[in-house]
Amino acid sequence: MTSFNRRTVLKTSAAFAGASAIGFPAIVHAQAEKIKIGHLTPLTGFLGALGAYAQLGIRMAQEEINAAGGVMGRQLDIMSEDSVNPATAATKAQRMLDRDGAAFLMGEINSASALTIMQVAARNKRFYLQIGARSDALRGKDCNRYTFHVDIPSHVMVYAVGEALVRDNMMKGKKFYTLTADYIFGHDLAAAAKTFFDANGGTVVGDELVATDVTEFSPYLLKIRQAKPDVVCSNLAGNQVTNLIKQYAEFGLPYPIVGFNLNTADAWAAGEGNLSGTWPTVWYHTLDVPSSKTFVANFIKKYGKPPENHAWIEYISLKMMAQAMTETKSTDTEKLIAYFESEAQFDILKARKGYFRKWDHQLMQEAYPFTVKLKGKAKDQWDQLELGGAVPAANESLEVLSVKKEQNTCVM
Amino acid sequence: MQFTFLLEQVVNGLVLGGYYLLIALGLSLIFSVGGVVNLAHGAFYALGAYISIEIRKYLGFGPAIVLSPLAVAMLGILFERFLLRRFYAADPILSLLVTFGLAMIAEQLIRIVWGASPLSVNMPAVLKGSVIFGDFLFSRYRLLLLAVVVGVLVSIWLLLHKASFGRVIRAGIQKPDMVAALGIRLQPYMTAIVMLGVGMAALGGALFAPITIVHPAMGAEVITVAFVVVVIGGLGSFWGVVISALLVGVVRGITINFVPAAGEASMYVLMFMVLLFRPRGLLGERIEKFET
Repeated sequence: MTSFNRRTVLKTSAAFAGASAIGFPAIVHAQAEKIKIGHLTPLTGFLGALGAYAQLGIRMAQEEINAAGGVMGRQLDIMSEDSVNPATAATKAQRMLDRDGAAFLMGEINSASALTIMQVAARNKRFYLQIGARSDALRGKDCNRYTFHVDIPSHVMVYAVGEALVRDNMMKGKKFYTLTADYIFGHDLAAAAKTFFDANGGTVVGDELVATDVTEFSPYLLKIRQAKPDVVCSNLAGNQVTNLIKQYAEFGLPYPIVGFNLNTADAWAAGEGNLSGTWPTVWYHTLDVPSSKTFVANFIKKYGKPPENHAWIEYISLKMMAQAMTETKSTDTEKLIAYFESEAQFDILKARKGYFRKWDHQLMQEAYPFTVKLKGKAKDQWDQLELGGAVPAANESLEVLSVKKEQNTCVM
Repeated sequence: MQFTFLLEQVVNGLVLGGYYLLIALGLSLIFSVGGVVNLAHGAFYALGAYISIEIRKYLGFGPAIVLSPLAVAMLGILFERFLLRRFYAADPILSLLVTFGLAMIAEQLIRIVWGASPLSVNMPAVLKGSVIFGDFLFSRYRLLLLAVVVGVLVSIWLLLHKASFGRVIRAGIQKPDMVAALGIRLQPYMTAIVMLGVGMAALGGALFAPITIVHPAMGAEVITVAFVVVVIGGLGSFWGVVISALLVGVVRGITINFVPAAGEASMYVLMFMVLLFRPRGLLGERIEKFET
């Protein structure tokens, strides 16, 4: 594993050396009054496919904002790079603040990298909008006052799917076999799942940690077969999920499979007929909301394929930043923090607007459990998911699924 | 019962080892004959997967598995003729650098042509699902994969040990100067070996595409395992690579059975142990031209 990582790092750093030789002078010579934003997201490794969508989303928002005259009359300049791994992410974040003149930081999908970027933000006392990482710890015990979190946290995903399972009689008295991604995000998700199982009468008969670079799951599938569980449950991330789903279908094990984390790109990559079960999502392109449909149509026109949930979340994140900068007439970290902590409302292309909670800096928003469309029901290769109703429901507070203040471990 | 479980993991590991073998054997052959560590080997594996997806759109699964490796083998001719050939006699660091660069170029080209998002293909419906022999569960598709690997392996062995082609190759590995003195040009043989090697890697990619996802960095993922297999097996030894590939597959399976989190690390521990006691690898031969 070490040699693989080192090689990937070598390769990407060499690629960046090349890219900077060709691409960066344009930035250096650009007008001084541009608002520079440091953006990091994984473009290689097991989350790379998601990061590719993230870049498309934030680029689209950037072009729209700049075409409309920018923010405070200044154009936005997103400096986007591959975060590679937690150590490199921190180094790059520091460099973006020190040398590249970034006003603040945005991005990330990998929870471990997000954590190191959060530390850089806190050390430098600069604003960081943490967009796509879902680990509870980031907004819990590892929280800091310079970081705000956009994506739904692990425990909300567990609740979204868990309640659907309770409703479908797939929880009480059932034996679960879980596979967990072996890094901070997976550990968090597994802990949240365990809490939910305990509270609702499910038991865990096996839990296996799976390294993030695993692509071949047959030994795990054999172990599952030996354990004979009632339900198989995935706490995996990125490519891991896709590979598990494909190979689960290949081996044709009889137990239903569900999961507490899935990104649309992973579902698409699993291929038709392989995915089954109940999963959570933060947004899907078939969502029946007019503003969302406009975004989807524009995205397809621009890129020739529908947006993935990481494209959506990066798009709305830059729009939120633009709103915050416009309202505060500033890129100053303290003013931005004050604005976001004021629980200002943001249009996030969903039925209900979202807002950040003051005490844990988490965006409160709707999430959706989904099941898989029956064969023949899908309109095209992208139309695979059957969205369930939004959770929390329209008549509930947006905070009902989220950790309560009294259980909270976040101290700013 | 525990024993049966373990045996099932062993058998499954052997199947997986067969797939490692497809990639590692070519790497070993190219190194043994040409003295070049082909860091671009993974790129040919990735290309095999991508090209098989393209061919499958028009001709279906079967032809894709056959034609994709052939197409990549043709690329192998260009690769050997215009690039590798210049480095056989050169400092090994140069060939290391040039194939490393080629691997990066190939990965980026794949990203430009096919996009960064992973592609996914399904296996034919008839091959989906599993069969149960006694207590053992097998994926049908992987049984097919195993049959193909065995077929390829037997062909390569016959080619290397029963045909005159193989005699020249084996002599060329040990004493290239003597072969030259006998009036035999090794270069066409080297072209053939590179074709064979990258073709096998492409076959691995085409066969594994329906099992996993096809993405630009897949070559980088697989080449590490292939290297470990070659190093454990020992250079220049056909059976060394075979045994090593199967061993890596089995050790990984058994480790996952007991300590799942250590599954991916197990092969490196195995390599460490082997190198500690047998620096030349399990069945590695002493190759004079590499000992200076």
